[in-house]
Amino acid sequence: MKQPKDNQPTDNQPKTGRRQFLGGVVAGGAAGLAAMQTAHAAEPKPSAPSATRPTAARAAAETAVPADLGHAGPGVPGSDFMVDVIKALDIKYIPSNCASSFRALHESIIDYGGNTKPEFLTCMHEESAVAMAHGYFKITGKPLLTLCHGTVGLQHASMAIYNAWCDRVPVIVVGGNDLDAAYRPPGVPTFHSAQDINAMVRDYTKWDDTPVSLQHFSQSFVRAYKIAMTPPYGPVAISLDANLQMAPAHLHEGKMPTIPKLVMTSPPQGDSGAVQEAAKLLVQADQPIIVADRAARTPVGIALLVELAELLQARVIDQGNRMNFPRTHYLSTPPSAIGSADVILGLELSDFWGTVNAYTDNNLNDGHGSQSSRIKPQTKLISINSVDLNTKANYQDFQRFQVVDVQMAADAQATLPALIEAVRKAMTPERTAAIASRTAALQKAYKEDGVRTRTAAALGWDASPISTARLCMETFDAVKHLDWSLVASEGNVSNWPNRMWPMEKHHHWIGRSGGYGVGYGAPASIGAALANRDLGRFSVSIQSDGDLMYAPGVLWTAAKHKIPLLSVMHNNRGYHQEVMHLQRLANFRNRKVNLGGDMGPVGTSIERPDIEYHKLAESMGWWAKGPIKEPAQLRAALKEAVEVVKSGQPALLNVWTQPR
Amino acid sequence: MKLQSKLIVRTLWLTVLPLSLTLLSPPVHADAVRGKAAYVQNGCWGCHGFEGQGGIAGPKLAPETKPLEYFNAFVRNTRGIMPPYSEKVLSAQDMADLHAYLKSIPKGPDYTAIPLLNTP
Repeated sequence: MKQPKDNQPTDNQPKTGRRQFLGGVVAGGAAGLAAMQTAHAAEPKPSAPSATRPTAARAAAETAVPADLGHAGPGVPGSDFMVDVIKALDIKYIPSNCASSFRALHESIIDYGGNTKPEFLTCMHEESAVAMAHGYFKITGKPLLTLCHGTVGLQHASMAIYNAWCDRVPVIVVGGNDLDAAYRPPGVPTFHSAQDINAMVRDYTKWDDTPVSLQHFSQSFVRAYKIAMTPPYGPVAISLDANLQMAPAHLHEGKMPTIPKLVMTSPPQGDSGAVQEAAKLLVQADQPIIVADRAARTPVGIALLVELAELLQARVIDQGNRMNFPRTHYLSTPPSAIGSADVILGLELSDFWGTVNAYTDNNLNDGHGSQSSRIKPQTKLISINSVDLNTKANYQDFQRFQVVDVQMAADAQATLPALIEAVRKAMTPERTAAIASRTAALQKAYKEDGVRTRTAAALGWDASPISTARLCMETFDAVKHLDWSLVASEGNVSNWPNRMWPMEKHHHWIGRSGGYGVGYGAPASIGAALANRDLGRFSVSIQSDGDLMYAPGVLWTAAKHKIPLLSVMHNNRGYHQEVMHLQRLANFRNRKVNLGGDMGPVGTSIERPDIEYHKLAESMGWWAKGPIKEPAQLRAALKEAVEVVKSGQPALLNVWTQPR
Repeated sequence: MKLQSKLIVRTLWLTVLPLSLTLLSPPVHADAVRGKAAYVQNGCWGCHGFEGQGGIAGPKLAPETKPLEYFNAFVRNTRGIMPPYSEKVLSAQDMADLHAYLKSIPKGPDYTAIPLLNTP
């Protein structure tokens, strides 16, 4: 950065900053008008010329570009320094919806920073911007930054931030705000200002700050990055004062602001005593089951989990919020296996209670429903979960309370090497033999489960609308020869991809939204596709209809920034989770549910008119086709779409499907 | 028992018994086409799919549909995830028609005959 001394205004340069300059225009205009009125009233003096030639200094003041234009005084704009900080952290993209409260930083990013690393991505909704960052992280392991208006923009962004919080994903959210009530522009900018914008997201961010100097900003930004990126990961928020962006960098005690060195914090590892106790229980178990939810943060996590599972010959239930365990491994097992366990190791479970208990919404117990254990009473439970270190009070993402026998507030992936080592040490020849004797039966069970799954997938294979199993398997067949990455899909396609696709690599599946806030799928898949584009991979999503309609403008963002993605729609023309809730409630109350002429209860159908998603996508620059209602039409359409995506464009197929 | 009382009892039997038999016995004619309409109108498709194929939200209902007696007993009395359907919501005729529809759904191909599913 340049030193401010070099930028001190000379006598020939205007000494007016932007605020004073704008104020001066208004004042000058009024003075000029008054002068004109006076001139009209008075008699002209014939000896005076109509205009005098301005002095060189005056001409320069009125016509030259002021040296300090773009910031509130002499020196380098504060927002340029902020760009230096952002660049120092190697943040590649800034998906954002433009807003005046961060105009100075926006201008610095695209002009001073050259709009590269970070590159500004034009988004049409703050929720889309945050969800794009969410999806991007799950492919790269690197966080993105998003900018938003501190009030209305952050309000738009908040659901996506909550999803990121629940999904333990770091996103750096910077909200523009104009704190100075005495000098900030009146009207809209003041409507868009608040004392403490971060308050609205504080319950579901790991940390937030409101820097008041540039040095404070650089320290806060590096701190925010470190906190967001220390397991359990999570979103962070920084309130960025408009004047701090505008004001020039200046010396403090003779020094310019500096950028602190980034030294990453190592993840928390389980206590050695607890690790040994867990190992002893696992080695002694006859039916150990490992349940993994967000255990594998990286590909290394998958390899460690395979090592532990094979060492113990323990079946693994992958709950699927990350790609934890290869589906092709004979130890991969469905959730129904839990009842046979005598020891359960839960790794980063978002809901341990729900893992070992069943809840039935059956209107019993005054409408509370009934609950029962899914496991044997003597089953021992071990938990390794970093989220125990970061539990807050208000939002209930910590789920129902579950008593466990060994609980480690630690990162599962970081603890696995020590646990594997402890398991090896706890092995005896007798236990080694007993564990080895389980293998054949487990391999047989895996094969039988595969047959059951395929038999179920065959049901309704030729149905129209197209069965979700057919949709998913035709899609897989179209991409299987590529380095594919499934970047969005939910349980509403009966989990067929997770049950049938041979997922093995970390990027084969990136998990779900976290907080189940609908509207995540479309933007997160585009964010992940952006990351995959840079890595040379092929991105595919199973896109729900209801999800897409929350903020479909993100389709335009994908086309604008040339993000290739194959989006295959699961268009079941309704909010089917709610269809079932309404039907259930009507039955409980002995009433015929009101369909209002649609297929589902009033308020749950998305039909009459049917949304033409292919036209919606086409209008925003996508290649698209549909509606595809017959299964026989699917293969050719997929083939065509895959070629389009391979050429670098996004493509969407609007497929009419069965409900689930 | 006096003759008058005997007559009253006989009259009651003659009246009530046929009525009871009418209520308890299955409807005379079960129609698969009507059953398909009832299947859609009563939300069965939401969990079981339009072809009764089932999915993550509900088990398959076809092919190999359970007997009508089992079907009736379950639908009327379930206390599981599926809510019970009373006679007010789903009449006996509807139930018979639904059952006929489910039984009419043909068995699809075995997975081994579908190349996309017949993978190792």
